Amino acid sequence: MFSPISLEAAVVVLGLFLLLFEAFSTEPDKSRIAWLGIAGLGTILVLSFFTQAPENAAWMRFYTADPLAMFFKRFALVTTIIVLVMALEYRGVVTKFIFGVSPQSGLGEFFALPVLTCAGLMWMASAIDFTLIFVSVELVTISFYVLVAYMRRNTASLEAGVKYLILGALSTGFFVYGITWIFGVTGETNLDLIAAAIPHLEGSKVPLLFGFMLVIVALGFKIAAAPFQLWVPDVYQGAPTPITAFLSVGSKAAGFVVLIRLVNTFMDVPLVREKVVGTMFVLAALTLIYGNLAALPQTNLKRLLAYSSIAHAGYLLVAAASFGATGARDAIAFYLAGYLLMTLLTFLVMIVVANRTGGDDIAHFAGLSRRSPWLAFAMLVAMASLAGIPFTVGFFGKFFVFVAAYKQHQYLLIGIGLITVASGFYYYLKVVRAMYWDAPADDSRIHAQPFTNAIIATLVALIFVLGVYPRPIFDLLKVKPLMTKFALR
Amino acid sequence: MNILNLLIFVPLLAATAILLGTSARRTALGASVLNLILSLIALSQYQPGGDRFQFLSVATILPDLDLKYFVGADGLSLLMILLTAIVTLAAVWVSPRVERMEKQFYACVLFIAAGAMGAFASLDLFFFYAFHELALIPTFLMIGIWGSGDRHAAAWKITIYLAVGSFILLVGLIGLYLAVPETQRTFDLTKLMLPGMVKNISASAHWIYPILLTGFGILISLFPFHTWAPDAYASAPAPVAMLHAGVLKKFGLYGLLRVALPLMPDAAREWSDLLLVLLVGNVLYVGLATIAQKRLDLMLGYSSVMHMGYIFLGIASFNFIGLSGAALLMFAHGLAIAALFALTGQLRDRTGTVRFSELGGLAKPAPVLGFLFALAAFASIGLPGFANFSSEILVLFGAFGAQVSKLVPVSGNPIAPPPTFTHFQVATVCALWGVVISAVYMLRGFRAVFLGELDKRWAKIPDLARTIRWPVILLLATLMLGGFIPRFFLKFVQPTFEIFAPR
Repeated sequence: MFSPISLEAAVVVLGLFLLLFEAFSTEPDKSRIAWLGIAGLGTILVLSFFTQAPENAAWMRFYTADPLAMFFKRFALVTTIIVLVMALEYRGVVTKFIFGVSPQSGLGEFFALPVLTCAGLMWMASAIDFTLIFVSVELVTISFYVLVAYMRRNTASLEAGVKYLILGALSTGFFVYGITWIFGVTGETNLDLIAAAIPHLEGSKVPLLFGFMLVIVALGFKIAAAPFQLWVPDVYQGAPTPITAFLSVGSKAAGFVVLIRLVNTFMDVPLVREKVVGTMFVLAALTLIYGNLAALPQTNLKRLLAYSSIAHAGYLLVAAASFGATGARDAIAFYLAGYLLMTLLTFLVMIVVANRTGGDDIAHFAGLSRRSPWLAFAMLVAMASLAGIPFTVGFFGKFFVFVAAYKQHQYLLIGIGLITVASGFYYYLKVVRAMYWDAPADDSRIHAQPFTNAIIATLVALIFVLGVYPRPIFDLLKVKPLMTKFALR
Repeated sequence: MNILNLLIFVPLLAATAILLGTSARRTALGASVLNLILSLIALSQYQPGGDRFQFLSVATILPDLDLKYFVGADGLSLLMILLTAIVTLAAVWVSPRVERMEKQFYACVLFIAAGAMGAFASLDLFFFYAFHELALIPTFLMIGIWGSGDRHAAAWKITIYLAVGSFILLVGLIGLYLAVPETQRTFDLTKLMLPGMVKNISASAHWIYPILLTGFGILISLFPFHTWAPDAYASAPAPVAMLHAGVLKKFGLYGLLRVALPLMPDAAREWSDLLLVLLVGNVLYVGLATIAQKRLDLMLGYSSVMHMGYIFLGIASFNFIGLSGAALLMFAHGLAIAALFALTGQLRDRTGTVRFSELGGLAKPAPVLGFLFALAAFASIGLPGFANFSSEILVLFGAFGAQVSKLVPVSGNPIAPPPTFTHFQVATVCALWGVVISAVYMLRGFRAVFLGELDKRWAKIPDLARTIRWPVILLLATLMLGGFIPRFFLKFVQPTFEIFAPR
């Protein structure tokens, strides 16, 4: 058995190893690095099922390995693996915008940096102390500063990098400032201790809530919640597509773990809880409306997915606003699991298609059903799931969210959901329309590499399987990370 | 293997096989013939005196929520399953030669059929809902790719409209699920139907019922939510129009009969006045709109909306006769409208237009087409000899005789006897005019297309091909069977409504 903390250590070692390999190996084919990364992360994913947290270790004050944390660690690993697969498909575009000494120079770090980001995401999943939360969030954010601006001769990528840097730095400022207020009021940085301290606070709760709001501003930036979403469309569109996918899935999920833990901390005292839930309600309503309505007129798929990412943050926030209902936390985790599958599937197909059609406008998908029935079908499944059609995982996600909302009597949010679900159907089916109704620009076939195809097939299958039988996800959220049967002692 | 599972999975597997490369039309035909045989077997094995639901099959999905895959059928479901099987077979059979993406075309038809089968066979609210939604994307694709006229606008309209309707329905169903105390929550319809549960639900039923009525109403094209239907049916390729108008629309009605009425009887009564007003809107307002149509496909689309009014009347009447009539009329209307859309599709293939002003005298070059169309039109009007007549009679008698005092309240609150003229009687008299209206538009439509002067352009059009006659004859023969021996079908549905029989 391993200590769960060794998982992050292993990921960091893997990332450093890949960087060193890049620097000292004479291997001209940099895709080796990506394959090594995929294999390494896959091994760590398997090992994550054989971990056991030690009792009373000193670092357990900062770090937890509860099922939620383990779930999101695996989540981060799976995301990173698929992002590396995407990066492999995308390498042609990256090298086009980096004029190096050799044809593949600059690619190595593009494959290695996501692994380090993954370590940050995994720490975020486990962090229960503001110091660790802050450090891991910064590890993630700083590596994203590099990755977003990675294509340095591409002005869109640079613009995205600058926007992400400035707004990211700003949100970091809010984050630290909020933490100091909370620390100033409670004298603690550990979330459990803060929760224990809140009921004994004397006097006004305003300073505490002020700190909470500031932290929420920073988290809102991470999870792309309105009104902190301004960076999302430009950054998503400008960043290299695999990095967009990584931002949209990994960064958002990790942000939501922190949000879940943070909101849970403030749930015990009714007076505070009321304000916290009220904040979540406002965020959810704004995010739902903004994300869905702004997605309607989009013509570029990447930009559309940026708004869709905001829209899904809205549904997740509906569950966050329904905290207190049994199953609200699991609804968020399940929704994110489904979101991972369908969003990564979309981005993967998009990269394959964009490689051949030369762009990621919706118009570039015209007639895809005739150029590649398989990729068109995969995209159709992804879009149906994002729109929330039954028998796909996306529907179950929305279903659990709305059940939780109903339980907490958030009828207004359900009413807003009526508008947003309808507009969701419109903008996701716009892609389906292009693929199936419109005529293709030319009739040449589009193929993906065999391994990419296998990943696409797995994602499609998982979307259907979890759309009918969602229990495995809930089991993962319930079981302890202990598996005595396989104990290696 | 359980026969209901087979009925659901045969089309699903056939659709998958087609996508993977088997011969599209042959696989689809084989699967739908097999399904028709299976549904007849199920019907013959069903024991009307036996358990309420038969052919049960369960697989647990989420024990915490008591959500499971649970199929089972009573006579009402079996009748709807038979309707689905017949209409699917006819729809596949009359499908024209598909020029492009033939595989996707037949796969879509089969997905729609499987969804309808699943919805009618499900005894779990979640799957009941989910199966119905299976038709949404195939419909969108089929109207958009293979439709005619302003197909893109029609495809968007039906998809968004039905998505909204489904979401409202989902909210209602979640409300229903959460209406009972936490420990008893279940999606299992058979458990929810128990009297204790119905009592639990009745506290919040008076506002869940209108949500469900709106949700189902949008799916059924209840006035004033009907505007999606005519355009979509007019633009859809014939098989989609047949399946949608014939089968999928019945899902909403079936939902009212299966979910809303038995679980919330008091609320249904509370809201019956509103329903009466709306259904008279369906019959009279939409009926008059039908007369004004200048194209055959739009006229049929509107007429299918209009006929929903009668079924609603039977449902609103809330008694044994009216409900049995409504169930039989669902079956009859599905067959008749499918036959009409099938023939209209054939007509459009020949002439390229269905505008009344451009057609005329077609019975001369195409006598069989004309004859079958006339029979289907008579059935749709409700002439004696067709199941539509016998069921409409039941509905009208049931509704006229609907006396609020004689309703059997499951939760036991007697309601004061009504004044001399009940709302039901007023609504019935209004709805009776619908018979005249439908005679007017159907006969006018028939005259405009098949009688009168023959345009030279159409002098050479071929008559209905021999092979295409059979599916239409199958539909019409079933209608006649229901017209001459309504008992043959009624005996299946009546046990379902016995709880509403006057005591």
